[in-house]
Amino acid sequence: MDGARETGAVTAARAGIAGATTGAALELRGVTKMFGALAAISDVTMTVRPGERRAVLGSNGAGKTTLFNCVTGDFLPTSGTIRLFGEDVSAFPAHERIRRGLRRTYQISLLFTGLSVADNVYLACRGVSRGRFSLLRPRKGDPLLTRSLELVEAVHLTPHRDQLVSELSYGQQRQLEIALALAGAPRFILFDEPAAGLSPTERRELVAILTGLPSHMGFVIIEHDMDVALRVAESVTMMHNGRVFKEGTPAEIENDAEVQELYLGGGHHG
Amino acid sequence: MTDTPPPGARNATPPAGAARPSGQEGGAPGSEQKLWIERIPAGWWALAIVLLFMPAVANNFWLFQVFGWTFILGMIALSLMFLAGYGGMVSLIQMSVAAMGGYMVAILGPSGVETISLGLPWWLNIPLAILIAAVFATLVGALAVRTEGIYTIMITLAIASAFFYFTRQNYGIFNGYTGFNLVVPPMLFGVDWRQPVAFYYLSLGLAVLCYAAVVYVSRTPFGLALQGVRDNPRRMAALGFNVTAHRIAAYTFAGAIAAIGGILLVWQNSQIAPGTAGLPAVFDILVIAVVGGLRRPSGAFIGALIYVLLRTFSPDVLTAFELSNERFKLLIGLGFLVVVFFSPDGMLGLYDRWKANRGRRDPLTGKERE
Ligand SMILES: Nc1ncnc2c1ncn2[C@@H]1O[C@H](COP(=O)(O)OP(=O)(O)OP(=O)(O)O)[C@@H](O)[C@H]1O
Ligand SMILES: [Mg+2]
Repeated sequence: MDGARETGAVTAARAGIAGATTGAALELRGVTKMFGALAAISDVTMTVRPGERRAVLGSNGAGKTTLFNCVTGDFLPTSGTIRLFGEDVSAFPAHERIRRGLRRTYQISLLFTGLSVADNVYLACRGVSRGRFSLLRPRKGDPLLTRSLELVEAVHLTPHRDQLVSELSYGQQRQLEIALALAGAPRFILFDEPAAGLSPTERRELVAILTGLPSHMGFVIIEHDMDVALRVAESVTMMHNGRVFKEGTPAEIENDAEVQELYLGGGHHG
Repeated sequence: MTDTPPPGARNATPPAGAARPSGQEGGAPGSEQKLWIERIPAGWWALAIVLLFMPAVANNFWLFQVFGWTFILGMIALSLMFLAGYGGMVSLIQMSVAAMGGYMVAILGPSGVETISLGLPWWLNIPLAILIAAVFATLVGALAVRTEGIYTIMITLAIASAFFYFTRQNYGIFNGYTGFNLVVPPMLFGVDWRQPVAFYYLSLGLAVLCYAAVVYVSRTPFGLALQGVRDNPRRMAALGFNVTAHRIAAYTFAGAIAAIGGILLVWQNSQIAPGTAGLPAVFDILVIAVVGGLRRPSGAFIGALIYVLLRTFSPDVLTAFELSNERFKLLIGLGFLVVVFFSPDGMLGLYDRWKANRGRRDPLTGKERE
């Protein structure tokens, strides 16, 4: 665990110097992503403070996932700048952004189906620490091993830790998605519809995990389920047709007439 | 040889459809309770004893030609298995990398072509040869890893044929069409390592070493990450891994293994020429790896044994049927077709299915239990 913390702390300290200039965890300015002629997101400007918990709402195809992809570097934006803790990461490959403390989950689980649960989480821990190319097997008591088993426990998968991921149920795979995003020392996490397809019980567990995150760990959550979104978030961004449509507190958004008409009134609850 | 999975393969029967190797165990890395030596199944001990005492029963032809060659081709195919099975990258450059290793011992060390060979001592020329071959593999990897699937095959094939034509036309370094003769292993510990028994143990020892290295590495952070890259490169990047660098490093590691095989091959033939890495040889490595099975490292050696047996004995069979013994290629090709048709994951896949089936059947009635 110390290894992971240490690298996390080093990265944090390094980014902290630059972050002092703006103080924002995540800052998007005029971010646009074109797919051919289609602007999946256009001119998105948005600032999230460190430790802030933000929900992003919007109907299907509003560009929420595309926004995440641009932030993490899965896609490079067509234009605009992205700052992470004050550092301009617009041109950085995904792994460089992750090493600076950013994490994400995917709307459609992206797991290593040919590996066991424990191996999946171990890889996640290894990815943000040194020794990614190590040709030595981890020893018993390796801090990263201990840490990965803790994470497996945190998402209630300990009984399945030696199972291949392809044998897990849908709900279990969603839980594993979250464990992968919590590895290392995350400073800011993007959750893409973590509750989609979960049972009511699993949703409650998810909310418990999200609200139980340390307070310095900010996140952005895309969530159709208002119960989940409004319970974990302190601020809300509404997206529509690739643009930021409204920003405010959950109460403001819920009571906004335009939002009601566009989104809640439409009876869309994912 | 075909009867046991590699050491520690607790889940030796992956569920149907799980055609990819998943390291050695389902357990978390480092979570083994038993000593590694206790986890080696009985079949492997039996195989070890058979291989160790082979020289007591087999004649020189079998030791040198059949088994020596099997181990060598197995090592080169193993390097492909590592890339394809763990990394999801089908490379056709492995034979050329092996030949590069072979050429380098001939060029840097002593050979019959004294005008070119530098005659460096063995402790210098062998490591240098492996190093240069690994660098070559790394460069090819750097070009190939940005492509996927069929394009990786095409780009490595293109480089393999370029290498073949280059060695044939370049007289300054590679001595062109003639190549190098009288390239023999050094007289270490007063042993002539080209004597059949000595060569048998030399190639067996190095094959076991390479095999163990691959098995070991598959459970190290590097090996696990490589399997992660195979399963899901996008997620690996989202976990902080540099996917491209990881793939290139896999070429380096595989290149070193292929180079060892290549050096042994030169010693076995005591010569090397462009044909060593000609296109037929390049394809043979792919055939061996696929026929054996890319699922586990042992597949490479199973494929190599089948290939060597076919190549060695099919001329006799063919002449018995009054066919030209040049037709062995036809036999090998047909064998390849049959295996790929009936078991896309090679002999290992056949074995795994047979074992899974046996477990499912009721021993009394022979009917399926499910
Ligand atoms: N890789 C891609 N190539 C082409 N078009 C894309 C791609 N990814 C997304 N799009 C398009 O961009 C638009 C925004 O998609 P996005 O996935 O960001 O929406 P979303 O808000 O996440 O929707 P949902 O609620 O369904 O997840 C859609 O019209 C989609 O078809
Ligand atoms: Mg989406």
